[in-house]
Amino acid sequence: MAEPGERKNDLVQVRGERGGTIKLFLSGRIALDSISLYTEEIRKRLSDLKPKELIVDLTNIEYLDSSGALILLELEGRAKSQAIAFSFDNMPDEVHRIMGLINREALTTPSVKTEKKREYLLEEIGEASFAFYKDMRRILIFVGEILDALFHAVRNPRLVRWDDVLFYVKRAGVDGLPILSLLSLLMGLIIAFMSSLQLKQFGANIYVASLVGIAIIRELGPMMTAIIVAGRSGSAFAAEIGTMRVNEEVDALVTMGFDPTQFLAVPKVLAAMIVVPILTLYADVFGIVGGLLVGITGLDLTIHTYIQQTVNSVTLFDFASSLIKSVVFAALISGISCQRGLQVRGGAEAVGAAATSAVVSSIFLIIVADSAFAIMLYYVQWS
Amino acid sequence: MAVPEQDPIIIVEGLTARFGDDTILEGVNLEVFPGEVLVILGESGCGKTVLMKHMIGLFKPCEGRVLVKGIDLAKASDEERHRLRMEIGVLFQSGALFGSMTLSENIGLPISEYTHLPPEIIDHVVKMKLGLVNLAGYEHHMPAELSGGMKKRAALARAMALDPSILFFDEPSSGLDPVTAAGLDFLIKEINTTMGTTMVIVTHELASIMNIAQRVIMLDKNAQGIIAEGNPHELKEHSRDPRVIAFFNRQPPKTGKGEIQNG
Repeated sequence: MAEPGERKNDLVQVRGERGGTIKLFLSGRIALDSISLYTEEIRKRLSDLKPKELIVDLTNIEYLDSSGALILLELEGRAKSQAIAFSFDNMPDEVHRIMGLINREALTTPSVKTEKKREYLLEEIGEASFAFYKDMRRILIFVGEILDALFHAVRNPRLVRWDDVLFYVKRAGVDGLPILSLLSLLMGLIIAFMSSLQLKQFGANIYVASLVGIAIIRELGPMMTAIIVAGRSGSAFAAEIGTMRVNEEVDALVTMGFDPTQFLAVPKVLAAMIVVPILTLYADVFGIVGGLLVGITGLDLTIHTYIQQTVNSVTLFDFASSLIKSVVFAALISGISCQRGLQVRGGAEAVGAAATSAVVSSIFLIIVADSAFAIMLYYVQWS
Repeated sequence: MAVPEQDPIIIVEGLTARFGDDTILEGVNLEVFPGEVLVILGESGCGKTVLMKHMIGLFKPCEGRVLVKGIDLAKASDEERHRLRMEIGVLFQSGALFGSMTLSENIGLPISEYTHLPPEIIDHVVKMKLGLVNLAGYEHHMPAELSGGMKKRAALARAMALDPSILFFDEPSSGLDPVTAAGLDFLIKEINTTMGTTMVIVTHELASIMNIAQRVIMLDKNAQGIIAEGNPHELKEHSRDPRVIAFFNRQPPKTGKGEIQNG
């Protein structure tokens, strides 16, 4: 069987005179991997010869697949469009059958759906704004639903799927402890090291403990924990619910009379609200330990002095506000992640997009909420 | 039609498939001849899809070997495997269309991967393939926008993108209405007779089996292998194996161990 490119000149033989009746003798294997050779060769010959009548002889075809048949039909169509009389000669039965398989109308059927046209900037801004509005509306509706479901859960605690809550407490909390501990330790270490470089110049080594304590407990502990939970558990929640949506499991829940928010979202939200404050406390402790390591190894401070200074600098208000923030962050992360999962439509790509969107939206909301807390707590503390 | 005098295009020799401690298939021998329509049938869980996945190289045999066009899939070089992939088309049970791509991109993907055709020719071939499965005009649709039957047909168009010499079907008509299923059966027969494509079909849809199969092999969960082989009409009429009779007469099992109810 001829390889593509081999015997190139033998594939298309021509008999006849320029401007008259031309007979093309096609031979070899006209298949998907060789059709470009034939089309190129035929096009070249026909543009040179400009025939009035074209006869294509198929006696010597060794193999023809559906793509090969397509090329022959195209040749016929092109000849007819240029008012060239066209016919096939010596067409083997097999070739005839394969050509019969092709639906000629399908080749010219316009697409049912047109390709998306390039849009103007203003149009794109408008569309993005509208999408943002719709997204916010969906989030608000979901907030209402989840608050209603949580209220319902508080009134009827026996209806809460506590096994699921415990499962997610373990998944979001216990399983995330190693990475959270490591990152918090390193965060404390970095803050202590960087601040010590400046404070040492003024002999204010002891204030490294204060700086680390306040920064970790008031800001970085809750924030770091929330971001890690968003990355680990928020994406998992969205992907899990999204996959259930794709597999029609959510529809099955609805048809069985379950409220998907109650059934799927509430256990996750409750689990997150229980576990994130605990994780935040762990993060605070490991962050302070990180600072302590720098204090005793690089700043000539004793363990007792460092801890004493930390305790003196940090108030109960700082601890309480840190824990309140972490509960709010937990509700935001788990809520938005479940909402992103429940809004999945389509297939695998939509699940991936929901997981990404869950993390991005969670981090955005965490930072917005943290900014609001910063201002609010300032006035609460000094009022 | 099968021509047994020809060399087999697929040879399965002493195939054993195990998952953990579960043996699904043991010592299965099978030959598939060029141009034939072979249907693998049997009750759910008997290893039909496992056998097919060994034939397309997705599973490696625990024992035995599978030769496709004379090449042992488990020992084939990358180049041989690449060449074989062009010769094989697979229609998966769920269609397995890529959800992030339009139908045109789904079908064009193997063509652009295996050939160096310019995009306009690929577009034309894609249109032709969609026309073959009666989906002309749907090239810009996403799989999620299609019904189950349309997805199956689009997946068939993708499986046929390279005009493979062997087509594998995993439950092609499952989940389809009888009219769509009959249409798909007709298309399978049409492609087989016109293009001479070898078809290996996994199904337990009786209507499809009687309509399209030239030869069937029946697998059994307890036997862990083939218990019957032959023309489906002859098997239905003449087989004395209670498991075959039960299958063709849609009789429920009595104990779940192959025994059947009388009548």
